[in-house]
Amino acid sequence: MSDVLAVAEHRQGELRDVSFELVTVGRQLAADQGGELHLAVIGGDVDAFADELNLDGVSVIHTVDAGEEFNHDIYTQVTEQLFEEIEPSTLLLPNSVNGLDYAPAIASRLDVPLVTDAVDIARDGTTEVTREMYGSKVETTVAVDDDTVAVSIRPAEWEATDADGDADVVAFDADIDESAVKSTVTGFEEVAGGDVDISEAEFLVSIGRGIEEEDNLPLIEELVEATDATLSSSRPIVDNGWLPKNRQVGQSGKVVTPDVYLAIGISGAVQHVAGMKGSDTIVAINTDPNAPIMDLADYAIVDDLFDVVPELIDALE
Amino acid sequence: MKILVTVKEVAEAEDDFDIDGLDIDDRYLEYDLNEWDEYAIEEAVQIKEDGEDVEVVSVTIGPERAEETIRMALAKGVDRAIRVWDDDVAATDVLDPATKADVLAAVVEQEEPDLVFTGVQAGDDSFGATGVALAETIGFEWGAVVNALDLDAEEGVANVHRELEGGIEELTEIQLPSVLTIQTGINEPRYASLRGIRQAQSKPLDVQTLSDLGLDAGVLESPLQRTEMYEPESEGEAVVFEGSSEDTAGELADLLQDVGVVEG
Ligand SMILES: Cc1cc2nc3c(=O)[nH]c(=O)nc-3n(C[C@H](O)[C@H](O)[C@H](O)COP(=O)(O)OP(=O)(O)OC[C@H]3O[C@@H](n4cnc5c(N)ncnc54)[C@H](O)[C@@H]3O)c2cc1C
Repeated sequence: MSDVLAVAEHRQGELRDVSFELVTVGRQLAADQGGELHLAVIGGDVDAFADELNLDGVSVIHTVDAGEEFNHDIYTQVTEQLFEEIEPSTLLLPNSVNGLDYAPAIASRLDVPLVTDAVDIARDGTTEVTREMYGSKVETTVAVDDDTVAVSIRPAEWEATDADGDADVVAFDADIDESAVKSTVTGFEEVAGGDVDISEAEFLVSIGRGIEEEDNLPLIEELVEATDATLSSSRPIVDNGWLPKNRQVGQSGKVVTPDVYLAIGISGAVQHVAGMKGSDTIVAINTDPNAPIMDLADYAIVDDLFDVVPELIDALE
Repeated sequence: MKILVTVKEVAEAEDDFDIDGLDIDDRYLEYDLNEWDEYAIEEAVQIKEDGEDVEVVSVTIGPERAEETIRMALAKGVDRAIRVWDDDVAATDVLDPATKADVLAAVVEQEEPDLVFTGVQAGDDSFGATGVALAETIGFEWGAVVNALDLDAEEGVANVHRELEGGIEELTEIQLPSVLTIQTGINEPRYASLRGIRQAQSKPLDVQTLSDLGLDAGVLESPLQRTEMYEPESEGEAVVFEGSSEDTAGELADLLQDVGVVEG
């Protein structure tokens, strides 16, 4: 009961980065507990995935031939069966969109406590998980009073493991109850195409909910024009229909890496940061000195955007 | 058809706040209807407006204060609401997703809905797990992070888009009865009209205790305990421009020219 079981994630033929981050977390936890790290890879080209995942610190890779893509009914069944065979003390899953779609189900089915969106995990007798609350304004530690625990980890929070390993690769013959498969993935669709590709821009002026109303867009457009920048935004602006989807920066939007990312009235929620933290220079204009974006910014103005932006336009003209 | 929408009043921290023990001091918290739940409510109300015979019921686990929030759901077209609360719930520190799922499961048993909508996550504790945990507890099928829904009630199927990372959506057919966790952007939530707000006052809002739901306080026992809360150490090394708006804007203009993204 000191082993760790982590379930890799893949999509459209490729392992997702978080799979390699799971290895980093998993091998550390296994080492702390004197146990082994077991990885599971479910569906797709499992042998090729197993090759890629044969990394330092992994003891066993369980390959499960079960369809091409993620299906939560199958993942839930397989993970349950693997869990019962391996009896790990910790089940590690990604806090990705698909993680959101099956981690709570598997935890509930196994009757194991679940802590989601971990940014740190310590295991010393009990498990202590660090996570954020109130839109990343505070961190909390959650202690888990149970021998077993399921934890979903925040993507891109740990370094990926890439050193080769010598894990045993074993095929796991899962017993799938087809009558319990009540969802069918019928395809994928790409959204967010269109006229402008914000991921190509050198200078992004990006706006968030701080602009309050659609009527305030012309002010920003004036700045965009004066600076020859490209306009992008956080999600609420797109949700409100003020800008098209191809302007959204973030986890479900685009990943951007401009020379300068000017975040105006954007708090810096984790799903937004996922799309822009690789920018060279990050500048934030925000009234809240404690907004999480401030932790990321290279330069900041703590002030009302409606005061600063007109002055900025003036100064540039 | 009956749609149950779970809603939560969430706390938002003001710009400046102090932590008192294991939570932000209540003086610095403002309460509002969870952003994701607004879209869940709208989705249910739109189905009702399109369909023949649909009842929309909202349920929350929350103190009396939350009734203001629930009335907003009623004002937007929800038919009636249930608020679950009692002294035992009030005394609980962390209501983790499994606990919430157990309490909500008892409401599902009572109401027997065909569909349950929840928000993807709550803006305050961001567990993002209650909807799917509930589905598993009550034996419903489910779908998480749904940003488009085409319901085929006759066939007993919900055709959904699930919003994955990086601008990709998954198309999935989900058998009813099911729980869908609703993502923002799926619709345009309406504002409550004055008429709606007036009508909401006379719509039923039942308060149920755990024992009304056939539960006892044991259901609240959770292995999760919050042991610390703190402001994260700022890793930020941001240069903060100081002065009047004119000064700071001037410094930023210089910076943009220095970096070379605008012409000097
Ligand atoms: C599964 C999932 C996927 C998601 N994907 C994305 C994504 O791809 N991209 C994304 O952006 N979000 C995404 N989100 C949403 C994300 O969690 C946040 O809700 C969103 O990023 C918040 O946007 P915001 O910063 O504009 O708004 P808020 O968080 O409301 O922040 C507004 C900021 O403006 C500041 N402000 C207010 N008034 C002023 C003023 N007058 N002057 C200056 N500053 C002011 C405030 O201090 C605050 O910091 C996703 C969420 C989920 C659950």
